[in-house]
Amino acid sequence: MINVLFFASLREALGCAQVTVNTPKPATIAALLDALLQQHPHWQTALSSNNLLISRNHTLAKASTVITAGDEIAFFPPVSGG
Amino acid sequence: MIAIQNADFSLENEYQRLIEAAPNAGGIVLFAGRVREFSAQKSITALYIEHYPGMTEKVFNDIAQEANNRWPLLATTLIHRVGKLMAGDNIVLVGVASEHRAAAFEAAQYIMDLLKSRATLWKKEIEPNTATWLSTKPTDAAAAERWR
Repeated sequence: MINVLFFASLREALGCAQVTVNTPKPATIAALLDALLQQHPHWQTALSSNNLLISRNHTLAKASTVITAGDEIAFFPPVSGG
Repeated sequence: MIAIQNADFSLENEYQRLIEAAPNAGGIVLFAGRVREFSAQKSITALYIEHYPGMTEKVFNDIAQEANNRWPLLATTLIHRVGKLMAGDNIVLVGVASEHRAAAFEAAQYIMDLLKSRATLWKKEIEPNTATWLSTKPTDAAAAERWR
């Protein structure tokens, strides 16, 4: 299982803060996105934004990053703290 | 010292904490960021700040460590408030102690610049009738880039 989190404007657009996903192994974040969109086709627009950032276990990641069971993957918009 | 909290912070307490942690400090720089009452001609009634628990702490630690590697710092404090904040409230505090002032001034600016471009925090401006998530400003990205 992969724990997937969404934050800020993306969380509001999806109406969802967290989901768990089973992905085929070995998987990448791109494959995880495909699995998410199969389960939730209406998330296509929000998850297609090309400025979305991705993290794997609290470190910035890319679509090609390999993931394993137990990982925490997060999707979020550009940050605006400070 | 690193903290992410809803509660306010006290500059006096954080100053005391820094000089206790670094008795030989000859220079202390404290930076405080606040919620403005007006932003781009809008009247802001409140700010809501969301963060990614776990990752924000990691990024803060990474930034403090990078600052330590770059300047001879004796103590560092990084506090960011989250949740609902009102106009005039404190948002963020960066405190740096070093033997001499140049390192403290530069490191405080470095920490703020990197925090704004890397820390997993998001601001939403609450106006009387709407609420808007803020996006990264190009000037913030440029401010972080100049330290590379």
